[in-house]
Amino acid sequence: MTAVLAARGLGKRYGRRWALQDCTLDIPAGHVVGLVGPNGAGKSTLLHVAVGLLAPSAGSIEVLGRPPAADAAQLSRVGFVAQDAPVYSRLTVADHLRFGARLNPTWDPALARRRTEDLDLDPRQHAGSLSGGQRAQLALTLAIAKRPEFLVLDEPVASLDPLARRQFLQSLMEIVAEQGVSVLLSSHLVADLERVCDYLVVLVASHVQVAEEVDTLLGAHRRLTGPRRDPASLPGDIEVVEESHTERQSTLLVRTDGPVLDPAWTVEEVGLEDVVLAYMGRAVAPARGRRARLGVAP
Amino acid sequence: MIPVAWRQFRSQAAVATAALVAVAVALAVTGPHLVDVYRAGLAACRAQGTTGSNCSNPVAGADRGLQVAVLAVVLVAPALVGMFWGAPLVARELESGTYRLAWTQSVTRRRWMLGKLGVVALGAMAGAGLLSLMATWWSSPVVTAAQNRFSPGQFGLLDLVPVGYAAFAFSLGAATGVLFRRTLPAMAVTLAGFVAARLAVTYWLRPHFMAPVREVLPLQDAGIGLVVGPGGPTVVGQAPPLPNAWVVSTTVQDAAGRAPTAADLRHACPDLPGIGTAGPPAGPGVGHVSAAVPVPGGLKAPLQQCVATLGARFHDVALYQPADRYWPFQWFETLTFVAAAVLLAGAAVWWVRHRMR
Repeated sequence: MTAVLAARGLGKRYGRRWALQDCTLDIPAGHVVGLVGPNGAGKSTLLHVAVGLLAPSAGSIEVLGRPPAADAAQLSRVGFVAQDAPVYSRLTVADHLRFGARLNPTWDPALARRRTEDLDLDPRQHAGSLSGGQRAQLALTLAIAKRPEFLVLDEPVASLDPLARRQFLQSLMEIVAEQGVSVLLSSHLVADLERVCDYLVVLVASHVQVAEEVDTLLGAHRRLTGPRRDPASLPGDIEVVEESHTERQSTLLVRTDGPVLDPAWTVEEVGLEDVVLAYMGRAVAPARGRRARLGVAP
Repeated sequence: MIPVAWRQFRSQAAVATAALVAVAVALAVTGPHLVDVYRAGLAACRAQGTTGSNCSNPVAGADRGLQVAVLAVVLVAPALVGMFWGAPLVARELESGTYRLAWTQSVTRRRWMLGKLGVVALGAMAGAGLLSLMATWWSSPVVTAAQNRFSPGQFGLLDLVPVGYAAFAFSLGAATGVLFRRTLPAMAVTLAGFVAARLAVTYWLRPHFMAPVREVLPLQDAGIGLVVGPGGPTVVGQAPPLPNAWVVSTTVQDAAGRAPTAADLRHACPDLPGIGTAGPPAGPGVGHVSAAVPVPGGLKAPLQQCVATLGARFHDVALYQPADRYWPFQWFETLTFVAAAVLLAGAAVWWVRHRMR
């Protein structure tokens, strides 16, 4: 599979501050990719660079094999739903569909009409008076009716209530099933991504901690609980992602390709959220470790 | 892009159209009265045998408040266009976040900007043109009677130039909106910038569009003004009778370009009070006598004597823009502002394409 997005040492600087620095990432085609990370990790910046709203200050990025927003043809291949789903509040729903039709040669009017009907959007209603959920659905309609090969969504459900959130993700799943479009969506909530994504990228401070299929990720990680012992004594093919110790007991979150055979450990499967949190925690761990050592110094 | 730009501009265009219609109705209702006053004044002048600039037509003072209001509307309209159409054009998209929607459609930023700028600029120029056309028609009796078409209050508010001002103000607004990324500061800077540009062109640039014509007149034809100040008497050149011309300067000088000195004046005009030694000063310090205006009977002969003596050596030198340069000046100023508008628009497009990423 070719990459829908390939970034090499990508960086974006605002004045002296780097919003994204030295980010290297490959996203294969044909997936619904979740991009997760703490606030300030550079998720939004990365997505804005990918759709051509921002230009890189360093490194390179290719989307569908070409620089983002290189020309009108490249713009037509990528759909984007920005955070908070911006729409023109003084234009009606019908105006927005005309807007999309005029500005996108690949526009699919039947698809746009069907979606607004299914969603019960009144064409005469002004976008400013739509609910948050309806506005997000309208923005998604605009992004998908241009028939993109790659759909990018920046925190699409962050500001929606739980019901609207579920409906939006439901719509997204239907679109993916119908159109076979590659999707990249960001969120800081793993639970949202778990529902729709089959591929996960964990970004912490511009650096990719994890980038692989969700099934592989879940299959390779286990939680081990047993009598306290040094994680260094584990076999070499077991990688400790997260560890916590009490006086008598050790709890480890490990990555391993084979089964854990040591009977001293109780082996459990782990959820996606735990895996993601473990990798996020590890990315900031060195600093914490130093602080701990300073704390016990005489 | 053009239909989209038009759809986004439509409500603003509707407001402007309504305002233009209101102005049109007001001018259509009040215009005929001015024409009547002008015709009556002209008939009265003819009856007295005065014509041209000697005819003081009462139309100049008729409906004074209305005249000021009409000129004020034409004066302010370009600034409003810059502030309310130009400044928000891109800044509003940046503030509301809709640029993220607009710039991820299958249209390059260049086309998006050119479409928006083009549609609204044409609307602004058409609106300003219509407004100027109406104001020019309405005030034509006043302009004809005043015979001073180059005066800043008429030249800059009638005929073609308002179209150039509107284009410039709009582009200035759009460019500052792009630069500041926020509508309100962009509006303030647009207003200040437009006022500064108008003043600079009116008082610094416009006089230099073309080299003025130099005309040397005998003092007997032009007349002189005499001012008696604390430093002694001085002479002031009188503007030659050139209807609708723009007299830049008039000076009294000899062949070598020197103005008459106080001694020259005392020598030439010994019988004028305050200048010669014959009489007491005309007033507490400053007196003014001129051959062009009626003078008391007793002074007429000494004044004519004075002008004749001075005229043997000195001449009236007038620098002026002839009346037939009115349209070249209109075109020159309009195209200057349109050129500045194009440059500003180009800068705004460049900035959005290259610096706003």
